Amino acid sequence: MAKRTGLEVSLAVSEAVKMARAEVIAAYPITPQTHIVEELSQMVADGELDAEFILVESEHSAMSACCGSSAVGARSFTATASQGLALMHEVLYIASGLRLPMVMVVANRALSAPLSIWGDHSDVMAERDSGWLQFFAETGQDAFDLTIQAFKISEDHRVLLPSIVNLDGFTLTHVIEPILLPEQGEVDAFLPSYEPPSRLDPQKPTTVGPVGFPEIYTEVKKQQNDALLGSYEVILEVWDEFEKSFGRGYKPIEHYKTEDAEILIAIAGSMAGTARIAVDGMREEGKKVGLIRPRLWRPFPFEEFRNSVAGAKALAVVDRSLSFGGQGGPMCSEMRSALFPLDEKPVVTSYIAGLGGRDITIENFRTIVSDTERVLEEGYGDEYKLIGVKE
Amino acid sequence: MSNPSEGKEKDIPLAATISKPGSATEQKTGEWRSKRPQRDDSLCDKCGICWIFCPDAAIYINEDGYYEVDYDHCKGCGICARECPMGAIKMVDEGE
Repeated sequence: MAKRTGLEVSLAVSEAVKMARAEVIAAYPITPQTHIVEELSQMVADGELDAEFILVESEHSAMSACCGSSAVGARSFTATASQGLALMHEVLYIASGLRLPMVMVVANRALSAPLSIWGDHSDVMAERDSGWLQFFAETGQDAFDLTIQAFKISEDHRVLLPSIVNLDGFTLTHVIEPILLPEQGEVDAFLPSYEPPSRLDPQKPTTVGPVGFPEIYTEVKKQQNDALLGSYEVILEVWDEFEKSFGRGYKPIEHYKTEDAEILIAIAGSMAGTARIAVDGMREEGKKVGLIRPRLWRPFPFEEFRNSVAGAKALAVVDRSLSFGGQGGPMCSEMRSALFPLDEKPVVTSYIAGLGGRDITIENFRTIVSDTERVLEEGYGDEYKLIGVKE
Repeated sequence: MSNPSEGKEKDIPLAATISKPGSATEQKTGEWRSKRPQRDDSLCDKCGICWIFCPDAAIYINEDGYYEVDYDHCKGCGICARECPMGAIKMVDEGE
């Protein structure tokens, strides 16, 4: 039986990695991710976790070490944030291009400059196209469960791609939440040890990562993209199995009070919690407002998303990241594009909020909804708006 | 499988991994050479300096003990000609 335990979410993630029986952990400390790998290194030092903990000199090396360990068939884990993720950038494409399953938790943090240790999604949005599966957690339980699920999904032979589990820096990583911790036996039954289809082996030499001449590069990339798109079915299967084993159901997009909603708010990550309270308040005033929270970001759940917003008059997308000089929010660009081919679709409005650790308040969500009401009446004005700017 | 020059998608192994060791020699990489080394047997004393210096392992020993150039892989860099203590190797234009 699972027991409910009060845990800092970072430590819950470490517990999930331990219960997943990760075999190699290579990581470099960076705020606000540090507690995760600090705890894991303690677990390894104390003999609680039989894993190789590789102390590296940078995040670039951490990701490179995980590529090597995954290539020999070891269950591999790392965690990082912000500048650390940016430093990994080139190796992220190698991990996905070489079809190496591993799990990385990103404690989402703003990118410098100005230097910020606080949360937003600009770090992971810069890696949007890196070919990794990407999930967003809202709660500690989400983060715990997704970490275990991500190993199973990544290591599935139909997928063989790395996964990022995003959790908001500080607002999620550093809060204490009640977490249902399963028994080790339950996790073992759900997540057997990783058996790669092939592995680096000195007795049977292979070349992993050769030159891809122009004659084959496109074909290899098509294989990779097909695997990422195909992972969608595997994700649903794994979530189904997880629900049967642990009783908690997961969906690519979570819905809150959406059934008769005229205006939908979309936001990923922990700020969805505040959005729910804002929705409740506006509902009490008779406004037909609802919330969708994408849990799955890559592969983007097109069908599920289109169904989620069908019938709504407007969709107000809140991004915690800014695509400079473009359409504003990267998540909004994606959602707007996904709706473009449809004859009937909601009006899509784009808002940028919660940058560099700025809270997104209930009042901010009210502003977003009233601005969207205005757009419904008056038509488009701005391409996007930054919310809460002090003027 | 070596990195195929005409690979259909279905024939390409996962992540283009090469499972056959040493298959790089099957790739002809000497095509972009503009000059090729030519040995004069009357001057060569079979010392093997060219073989030592070749950065591409494109020199091998033939049955008569001479150091022969593997033109499928020689890039025509000219290091062997420069290093030969006997002046037995000359670089000549391709096509001559």
